[in-house]
Amino acid sequence: MEKRLGIQIRNKVIRMVLLVLTTSMLTFILMKASPIDPLQANVGQAALGSMSHEQVEKLEEYWGVGESPVKQYVSWAADFIRGDMGTSLLYRQPVADVIAVKLANSLFLMVTAWILSGILGFFLGVISGMNRGRWIDRLVKGYCLLISSTPTFWLALLLLMVFGVWLKILPVGLSVPIGVEAAGVTFFDRVYHAVLPALTLSITGVSNIALHTREKMIGIMESEYVLFARARGEKGLVLFWHHGLRNALLPAITLHFAAVSEIFGGSVLVEQVFSYPGLGQAAVSAGLGSDMPLLMAITIISALFVFGGNMIADILYGIVDPRIRKGGAA
Amino acid sequence: MMRHLNGRQRVLLGLIVSAVILLTVCIGGAFCGDAARVTDFSRKNLEPCLRYPFGTDWLGRDMLVRTLKGISLSVLLGMAAAAVSAFIALALGIAAATLGKTVDAVISFVIDLLMGIPHILLLILISVALGKGFRGVAWGVALTHWPSLARLIRAEVMQLKESPYIQIAGKLGKSRWYIAGKHMLPHLMPQFLTGLVLLFPHAILHESSVTFLGFGLSSEQPAIGIILSESMKYLVTGKWWLALFPGTALVLVVVLFYVAGENLRKLTDPGSVHK
Repeated sequence: MEKRLGIQIRNKVIRMVLLVLTTSMLTFILMKASPIDPLQANVGQAALGSMSHEQVEKLEEYWGVGESPVKQYVSWAADFIRGDMGTSLLYRQPVADVIAVKLANSLFLMVTAWILSGILGFFLGVISGMNRGRWIDRLVKGYCLLISSTPTFWLALLLLMVFGVWLKILPVGLSVPIGVEAAGVTFFDRVYHAVLPALTLSITGVSNIALHTREKMIGIMESEYVLFARARGEKGLVLFWHHGLRNALLPAITLHFAAVSEIFGGSVLVEQVFSYPGLGQAAVSAGLGSDMPLLMAITIISALFVFGGNMIADILYGIVDPRIRKGGAA
Repeated sequence: MMRHLNGRQRVLLGLIVSAVILLTVCIGGAFCGDAARVTDFSRKNLEPCLRYPFGTDWLGRDMLVRTLKGISLSVLLGMAAAAVSAFIALALGIAAATLGKTVDAVISFVIDLLMGIPHILLLILISVALGKGFRGVAWGVALTHWPSLARLIRAEVMQLKESPYIQIAGKLGKSRWYIAGKHMLPHLMPQFLTGLVLLFPHAILHESSVTFLGFGLSSEQPAIGIILSESMKYLVTGKWWLALFPGTALVLVVVLFYVAGENLRKLTDPGSVHK
């Protein structure tokens, strides 16, 4: 039993390593295939024209133009495994340093949004599932449809308009106040600046989990043990506490672990709107500026997060549901 | 009037109404391409009024026309890309289920790989690889939306393969192609069509997001993502109508696609209505 779970986890880890390796290759190939000339994109045509031949050659070497791709990939991979992620071409700092700062900013945002949207989505799902067909169920369903049809960046723009421009109670962007030294930034400042982006992400993350929980809850409410409990006179909150909560909560948690990818994707858009200096914004500028080392590192880190989330979800399924553990049909 | 119709007729009505509205928007938008580019400085920065229901922008362009054009552009691009994606899904889903274990393992691996990279990041990568612009975003959307539908089709074909009537057809000596064409494809069609229609909203949203980030259509084209990203610069000065109306129109269009997809699902799979 125990051993089986161990083997399962080991296989999953091997698969994950393979997937991350392929991800890095895919990213590399895609970046290499790009017809965009990094020199043109970052230095500009006018500046290039006025430079001497040696200067251009030096720049070409800096941006890695004209090297053999396979050699480049192998040397990059060898460095990466040793923990050296290379130097970001745009920021002119080691990629590891850039990512450390950006990741901390983004994690703050994503973890808040992940937890908030999980709790909110779960309770909306439970309420709507227990009141199936009534007005509140319709309300929740309508809300989910509307939210999943709304582009994340537009929701961010709307909230920015209402709270930042119209009511003027929340800041328009950035993660710290402008013109304040790094040491003078308080924790409160950080939270204050992360409220709107985190709110946007939380609102958009709700719909999936709410709909899933609703389905589960409907299934639970139709089960025989709930029928029997009702016959004994249980209803409302007591019924939910005794029979609903645990049955609905675990699938919801596993689903939410698998939803890490969406939160990550949403954060790219939200950070762009609020000019919040996180990983997503770095990814966009790295993509626009052909900063290969940075974009590769970001892709791999995000892939690690997603695979990690999926793996936790798979393992949780196995632990929670003995049928999957035995059948191996996950 | 609604009361005289039965459930099926009501669903059909909903489907037709949403399809007609979407078609009108697309065709209407396609015809006002020139009007969307007309600049007129005598009418710049007008708030919404009767003459210009969506207002005008800083170059005096009519936002209603621009929005229509942008939406039709996004919808047509999204639909075409989603259709390509759906056919990839159909081909790979069937291949994974029928061509043996190795093919299945490879396709599953590719699906896991594509689902493992956050969607937006993957779109950015593909768009950069193809040099941004129209080609980049079209291929990006077309190549990244198939995994979930392919999984669904694979599971369905797996189940079909074991079902008695297929087994019997095999024992009767029918060829594999005959079984696939005569017995499997008709069974897959409803799911495929519904999956296709439900891919549209995703594709449209992703297209507009990537364009918004600056990787998609170029800024000369009045795509909906471009309109919204331009409006971002003018938000702080209080020009709320530049973002509000185009965005609302986009949301409405996507909702209509979802409604159409749901109605189509109810029509092709009547049993699901009772769930």
